[in-house]
Amino acid sequence: MSGDLVNLLADLKEEEVLALLKKKLAAGEDPYKILDETSAGMAIVGKRFAAGEYFLPELVYSGEVLKQVNAILKPKLSQGNKETKKIGKVVIGTVAGDIHDIGLNIVEFMLDVNGFEVTNLGVDVPIEKFVEAVRKTKTPVLGLSGFLTPAFDAMKETVEALEKAGLRKNLKIMIGGGQMDDEVRKYAKADAYGKDAMAAVSLSKQWYGVK
Amino acid sequence: MAKQWSEFTREEKREERFKRWLSPAGVNFNSPEAGKKYRAKATRLMKAIKMEVPDRVPVTIPSGTYVAYHAGIDLKTAMYNPEELKKAWLKFLQDFDQDAADGPGMFSGMVNETLDYKVYKWPGHGLSDDRTLPQFVEEEYMKADEYDLFIKDHFDFGLRYFLPRAWGAFEPFAAAPSFTGWQGLPMRLLAMSNDPAFQKFFKTIQKAGREYAKWQQTIIECRKTAREAGFPAWSGGVALAPFDTFADMLRGTRGIAMDMFRQPEKLLEALEMITPYSIKSAVAGTDASGCPMVFIPMHKGDDSFMSLKQFEKFYWPTFRKLLLGIVDEGCVPVMVIDGCYNTRLEIIKDLPRASVVWILEQTDMFKAKKILGDSACIGGNITAAQLLTQTPQAIKERCRKLIEVCGENGGYILSLGSSIDRCNPANLQAIIEAAKEYGVY
Repeated sequence: MSGDLVNLLADLKEEEVLALLKKKLAAGEDPYKILDETSAGMAIVGKRFAAGEYFLPELVYSGEVLKQVNAILKPKLSQGNKETKKIGKVVIGTVAGDIHDIGLNIVEFMLDVNGFEVTNLGVDVPIEKFVEAVRKTKTPVLGLSGFLTPAFDAMKETVEALEKAGLRKNLKIMIGGGQMDDEVRKYAKADAYGKDAMAAVSLSKQWYGVK
Repeated sequence: MAKQWSEFTREEKREERFKRWLSPAGVNFNSPEAGKKYRAKATRLMKAIKMEVPDRVPVTIPSGTYVAYHAGIDLKTAMYNPEELKKAWLKFLQDFDQDAADGPGMFSGMVNETLDYKVYKWPGHGLSDDRTLPQFVEEEYMKADEYDLFIKDHFDFGLRYFLPRAWGAFEPFAAAPSFTGWQGLPMRLLAMSNDPAFQKFFKTIQKAGREYAKWQQTIIECRKTAREAGFPAWSGGVALAPFDTFADMLRGTRGIAMDMFRQPEKLLEALEMITPYSIKSAVAGTDASGCPMVFIPMHKGDDSFMSLKQFEKFYWPTFRKLLLGIVDEGCVPVMVIDGCYNTRLEIIKDLPRASVVWILEQTDMFKAKKILGDSACIGGNITAAQLLTQTPQAIKERCRKLIEVCGENGGYILSLGSSIDRCNPANLQAIIEAAKEYGVY
């Protein structure tokens, strides 16, 4: 068998990844070490995506391979210990009235492989749910996603509700998605517009003060 | 003996189709002026398509769901009440003096509710009443292991697999045996008519059919009003890129991504297989409507969705075949490209000169003019976000710039990059004014 798990995963060799994984486990290798290798492999996928070498199909496919890896690996991991250290929290969601999740999931993926603890609230998220999530998680960074034009107002209303709830002061809000641009950012009174998932990562890093 | 249609060149076929479009049969114009206006508008668009220099830059504004907003009714009312929709349409038609107007582009809420349509949510059906756009529900309406079935017998797939998944009313078909093959067909149909599940289906579809007739009557009247007032139709037929047919409608984003890796050959085979059917249905639409343009919304070939290599492998070859097939029949594909095609421009250039129209949403228009300027008519680029957030002055200025650069030597249509749900009407007027003020050649 050629290559190690990190590179096989990064190169999206589905069958070889799974075969090597089973072989490693059968040989009694430390499952936590394997877990680290899969994280490293996915980080390379993220880097290649950021570099314009990988696109949406590769991300979706890598996610699917990872799902299978995790299904095999999880039962071998004892609970509770070995928490990987995260940079910090980011809450994301697609605003009310909009059910698009492709961009949202890419942002989740990229934030995750870049070391953030992501809470993905999903699509068509009511304003109150955003407010509740910000209150509960105390996240300093919120990402609002939207694809269609009705999202313009939903974003604006969400930001206003956060203001009203007194949660806006220590919160940075970024927006992104299909029809969004910097004009919409101003309209919605958000802090930044990100044109792609990489922008979501760099904005979050900037706001957390990490490089 | 007169020359047969099949002996015509594509240019001759197109001339025939344009002739029919320029002098539409059975249209009684409201006045001689309306007739004159119609011919002037159609000629303007035709010249832009042919990359000749018209009297001025043509301007089109897709009606979308904006029609409802503009009339002060909500989308739900427009989708459920044909009378209200018609009133709204007339107002839209009267208020915006653009160069083409088809008719309302909405579907009937009542018909689709009756049939339990699952592919969309809309206000009053899955979305709250105040929503301004219907939304597509992406699902795997075709499963990963159904390519062979699709390729072998897409009628059977459509009837017994796709329909029951997309429309609740069609569920009984999922359990029915295949209808393909002529032997024993009468008995199967008889058995079907006695099956309680199908009896319920027949009742439902009759009810939906009655609603559909009412709805269609309204749509036909709206179109007729547009023609009689002097507005040519702009989309005679509809088609989807073969890749989008699978990526949007059948397999969904996740499904198609998996197929590109796990079964690329099957996917390519299916794309090839449906191309001639897509051509046929697009051309049939133009035959029926008398408008030679084929509307093609494009989604998943965009710069950010796939790599250039994937575009060249999965998207472009069968899409190009589709376009050539439509062009060969004398029709004009009008693509509306969502998102951005900056890296694809050199590739999509590879078509017969002045045979298609590219309406671009976020693509760099000046780059597009540079690369496509000698080969195809382009338009678009005024975005929904600009229309919602900017002033009429800013919009007009943007249009002036577009006209100056992209309008040079013709081959340009001033247009939105997508349809919209709402904006300040003055912003749409600013677009029309810009075409009339700055677009005269």
